[in-house]
Amino acid sequence: MTAQLHVPEPPARPGSEADFSGLQISAAGEVRQPPPSSSAETMRDLAYSLVRVLDTDDAAKGPWAPPLDLEAMKSGLRAMQKTRVYDERMMRMQRRGQTSFYMQCTGEEAIACAFQAALAPGDMNFPTYRQQGLLIAQGWPVVDMMCQVLSNEKDRMKGRQLPVFYSARQAGFFSISGNLGTQYIQAVGWAMAAAIRGESSIAAGWIGDGATAESDFHSALVFASVYRPPVILNIVNNQWAISTHQSIAGGLSTTFAARAHGYGIPSLRVDGNDYLAVYAAAHWAVERARSGAGPTLIEWLTYRAASHSTSDDASRYRPKDDVSAWPLGDPIERLKRHLVARGAWNDERHVQMVAELEEEIAAAAREARSYGTLHDGSRPSPATIFEDVYKEMPRHLREQRQQMGY
Amino acid sequence: MPSRTMIEAIRDAMDVMMERDDRVVVFGQDVGFFGGVFRCTEGLQKKYGSSRCFDTPISETGIVGVAVGMAAYGLRPVSEMQFADYMYPAYDQIVSEAARLRFRSAGEFNAPLVVRMPCGGGIFGAQTHSQSPEALFTHVAGLKTVIPSNPADAKGLLIAAIEDDDPVIFLEPKRLYNGPFDGHHDRPIVPWSQHALGETADGYYTVPIGRAAVRREGSDVTVLAYGTMVHVAEAAAAEARVDAEIVDLRTLMPLDVDTIVASVAKTGRCVIVHEATRTSGFGAELAAEVQERCFYHLEAPILRVTGWDTPYPHAQEWDYFPGPDRVGRALLQALED
Repeated sequence: MTAQLHVPEPPARPGSEADFSGLQISAAGEVRQPPPSSSAETMRDLAYSLVRVLDTDDAAKGPWAPPLDLEAMKSGLRAMQKTRVYDERMMRMQRRGQTSFYMQCTGEEAIACAFQAALAPGDMNFPTYRQQGLLIAQGWPVVDMMCQVLSNEKDRMKGRQLPVFYSARQAGFFSISGNLGTQYIQAVGWAMAAAIRGESSIAAGWIGDGATAESDFHSALVFASVYRPPVILNIVNNQWAISTHQSIAGGLSTTFAARAHGYGIPSLRVDGNDYLAVYAAAHWAVERARSGAGPTLIEWLTYRAASHSTSDDASRYRPKDDVSAWPLGDPIERLKRHLVARGAWNDERHVQMVAELEEEIAAAAREARSYGTLHDGSRPSPATIFEDVYKEMPRHLREQRQQMGY
Repeated sequence: MPSRTMIEAIRDAMDVMMERDDRVVVFGQDVGFFGGVFRCTEGLQKKYGSSRCFDTPISETGIVGVAVGMAAYGLRPVSEMQFADYMYPAYDQIVSEAARLRFRSAGEFNAPLVVRMPCGGGIFGAQTHSQSPEALFTHVAGLKTVIPSNPADAKGLLIAAIEDDDPVIFLEPKRLYNGPFDGHHDRPIVPWSQHALGETADGYYTVPIGRAAVRREGSDVTVLAYGTMVHVAEAAAAEARVDAEIVDLRTLMPLDVDTIVASVAKTGRCVIVHEATRTSGFGAELAAEVQERCFYHLEAPILRVTGWDTPYPHAQEWDYFPGPDRVGRALLQALED
């Protein structure tokens, strides 16, 4: 016998049928809810089970069912739907050549929208490029987001950043980097600062399954473990890092949630397509952080329903029926069915809501386009690229600006 | 004025700023209880408590990564890389994050942090405790890079760096920590107490970032140097009996072009000295600036005296180190042409 290199493969590739039989999925309501002050060693089981609330019969079940009233749930439904309508509109704008690039979060809307609902003003998210729901769920103006995507004259980032790399300090949304994983340890630093100052705000780091392989992930967990700052470390396991399956990030060896155990950090593995489970788990972790009980790691199990970006074609590397076969369903559909089952919603109202949102987003898009698009109309002056490199523009940049002709 | 070693001056700068501004926090490997392997943070934890001065895990990525988060929050983190040679894991956080945060967020977030790091050779540290990576920072838009050559400047520049609203890389030539080393490694060590620039004022003062200092006025040739090489150049000029004008750059980015141009326009000759490797070193940038701005004043080719383009060796340290003999020969060569 000799050693053989093990190169994991996803369970299915184009041409074969989707196969999710390897996923560990608990029944809704089955998983226990420990007190938020629990230590890691008393809740190891929660890194291998899956916190779920919404069942196949559309009822909310078990100890994690959150005490959300129907209005809050409807507002969550609206936020998720608005995020999806926004994504669809921005995809069309990119396809029409009005911007260079776009990234959808289709299928992952519950995670950002429900998580944001559990936060308070002053808390800071350190997001990746697929958490636009954090902004939309708090009613951040979509025109502002669109202007960033279009790099037009109203883009607060002055046309410097790739589309979707938003920044909104007021909304607790840290500037998106693009170098994967770097924000994770920064979130820990922000939370350490809050602890040093004795202030009540908390931080939330976001990372995908693929980027957990970066050293920033390990650094973040070590620092979070040592200093126990008020931080929530989110892993959005949407199965795919462009074309690379989560098994290449180590997903076959253990769950992503279980990685926290090596650091003594409590962790949860949660159905990311279940708005109520996401809200409940986020609320639990927020309470831990806010009360000084320390960090929590949460793996959100979900599926990236769209391609990675407008530059990607997922049909090249995964089965066509992968999305429809995904066992955790669609987050919007699941919450909608729950509200219908509770008698608080119906198909007609849903259709009407979608139409309203489409009109709202279309109107916002018209307004945003009136300020210019990447290739047409007003853009930030080229001279502005020399600003904000430093607080005060040094001599060599003034000279270079002059050489540019300004 | 009291005399301080460079270590004491650096410590005093942090002490002054921690006292004045409770947003200033100091951390790194071994910097808490122990006070740092070079003792630069000794006593700070005892005085300000472990939430303002603390040890970190051995993770340069983590140290600078949390510093970015803290700085964005509103603190003034002063982090230490135990050796500049160890900063490479932090390079992504420095280059892609700290340096660009203000630009990419159009000023919505910024990273007013200081990363201190002992640099340079002369202590038999071999390839992992001797490097001078300044050009890896000056090449990055958004960073300021500072390298003092004496205690008086070190204190004032570090205070200025902590107050600066942009990220500052603060390079500390470790061979200067305890005395003004001129490259004569076989001679007795001279302490800072015997050097005028060992005298550092008590309390708060700054040395502005972006200004060079003329250490020796002269008319024959301009020497552009920084850190340890300022003292080597002074020794070389004296021993070669060359009337050199020695410019201590102090800050590499932003560069004090006016002081450089004024000196080269006066002398018509220029020798650049640094300890880092030659190819694509900061000397190349200086040579380009000088020829662009002073071409018609130049009477001889610009010369560079640098470390060789090899890793920093152990047993052959003094063959690698650009000492006063090599610098002196370059000065004479510049005068011959």
